Amino acid sequence: MTPLAEELLVTFVKIVIVVGALLGGFSVMTWVERRSLAFMQYRLGPNRTGPFGILQPIADGIKLFFKEEVMPVAANKWTFLAAPVVAVATALLATAVIPYGPPFEAFGRTLQIQIADIEVGLLFIFAVTALGVYGVVLAGWAANNKYSLLGGLRSSAQMFSYELALGFSWVTLILAARSFRINDIVDTQAGGFWHWNVVVHFPAFIVYFLAATAEVARIPFDLPEGESEIVAGFHTEYASMRFALIQMAEYINMITVTVLLANLFFGGWHSGVPGMPESLGGFPLGFVWWGLKVAFFLFVFIWLRGTLPRFRYDQLMQFGWKVLIPVAAVWVMTFAVLWVVVGGGPR
Amino acid sequence: MMIDAVLFYVFAAIAVASAVVVIGQRNPMYSAFALVVTLCSVAVIFGLLGSPFIAVLQVIVYAGAIMVLFLFVLMLLNVKREKDSPSRGQRTLSGVALALVTVLVLQAGAVLLRSRPTPAPDYDASTFEMAKILFSPHFLYAFEATSILILAALVGAVVLAKKEL
Amino acid sequence: MENPAFVHHAVVLSLILFALGTLGVFLRRNVITVLMCVELMLNGVNLAFVAFSRAQGTLDGQVLVFFVMVVAAAEAAVGLAIVIALHRHRDTLDLDAFNLMKG
Repeated sequence: MTPLAEELLVTFVKIVIVVGALLGGFSVMTWVERRSLAFMQYRLGPNRTGPFGILQPIADGIKLFFKEEVMPVAANKWTFLAAPVVAVATALLATAVIPYGPPFEAFGRTLQIQIADIEVGLLFIFAVTALGVYGVVLAGWAANNKYSLLGGLRSSAQMFSYELALGFSWVTLILAARSFRINDIVDTQAGGFWHWNVVVHFPAFIVYFLAATAEVARIPFDLPEGESEIVAGFHTEYASMRFALIQMAEYINMITVTVLLANLFFGGWHSGVPGMPESLGGFPLGFVWWGLKVAFFLFVFIWLRGTLPRFRYDQLMQFGWKVLIPVAAVWVMTFAVLWVVVGGGPR
Repeated sequence: MMIDAVLFYVFAAIAVASAVVVIGQRNPMYSAFALVVTLCSVAVIFGLLGSPFIAVLQVIVYAGAIMVLFLFVLMLLNVKREKDSPSRGQRTLSGVALALVTVLVLQAGAVLLRSRPTPAPDYDASTFEMAKILFSPHFLYAFEATSILILAALVGAVVLAKKEL
Repeated sequence: MENPAFVHHAVVLSLILFALGTLGVFLRRNVITVLMCVELMLNGVNLAFVAFSRAQGTLDGQVLVFFVMVVAAAEAAVGLAIVIALHRHRDTLDLDAFNLMKG
């Protein structure tokens, strides 16, 4: 095989693995979320399909697949059809530059489960999440329904506002790592857990965590879907598989921000314990640490949903603009000064 | 590289096609969607030309911020399809004429430039190199001035658009 | 890195985008669409800057693109604010309707 063909093959396999894992993760997450929420509320949750109800996502899929596709008469046909596709496409695009686990040796070369290790990795994610607004705006506008439009406007305003805080929280990490590449940022956190960015950049972590929760519209920031006020927000008119696509986009976004959280702030695949062996019997242990961190933070999002009530919309916007962004900006300036004082400075 | 060239022509075709939709559509909403497609394909072309930073910036600033602003205003004002206007034929004619003249003049310039031997330089447009130039004394003051420009635009937009202050 | 052959074609593409933008400014009567056509023209210019920067092997062109984007963002914000103010006064977005210096 020529080097080019080999490169293409490797990339293709990576895409299949990542997309497959994400789709699998999405269906498992729906089940985990419903079960854990049920236990938090003294219920049982779905437990009929298969052992512990684990086959529930498959049953849901079959049901959604055979449901009738309903489109409002006044809807704008093509835009209505395009919106869920745009939502899923942007959600999947963002996952392309994220590393999933450590680099490892296999087939005589160093591999890593990361589709594209581009130089402007974090900026790329920022750009693609900015595009993610379109799925929501299109869905809200195309349905020609008051509640959809309100939900769409709310949602896009919210994503817009919190994206700024999200981007701000990355600035100090980029400064410290001197790179936009996520792998470089993970590698600055090697060694003991006191090197993790959550310790070094604690204010940035707080801002990132809150902004990410709002960005993926999870409780307590799920105003776009405030059922008691605007039915189901921008996806009120969506049914069957199109609804499933929108749900999928939301879960993939949630997985993306969680993986980023583990990679950027919690040392990624570094165990945080000095002297821990790199691999056990040829299996890189990094995958274990990384997987545990991601699983824990996915659970935290569900936990929040089972615990907190919803914000009011004006509170949400005030919090974003008047608390998160100023805090992030002050932290960027403070860190920049400290960084020069301790001798980080420009190269 | 072969693949780069193929991708370039594919995205160039998409950019031109969607640009035609932008100017040919009477529904401003569709124009806006088509413009987003144009901007994204131009971003891909920036990437193929070896400037990832500008490519990503194009998506963040144009597609992610400016076009969302346009869509917001379109939704807010509930803009209808454009009506026919009496001066249409005359405007089309002058538009085509001006566009043709522009192309010819600029193409002549491009041909002149092409006749100059272009070196095959060691081209490094990484973010690091970009930052070195942007923050060099040559551009630093202009860079700082843009922050004042943005602030002025922000205040101006609020003053203009708000009903009562 | 060798210059790819399509650098010259990128300049041609930028010309086409610029010309289409010019045509759109004349063709369309809706203020917002006209503003969008101006953005299209700016994009054509940006593409030319990047292509020339690549052909010359210097980064100055890219820095200029950066400034063009900043100015475009400011322009869009102020321009759309003016559009909203106009719409409030005249209840239309048709350029032909704005034919008085005072309104």
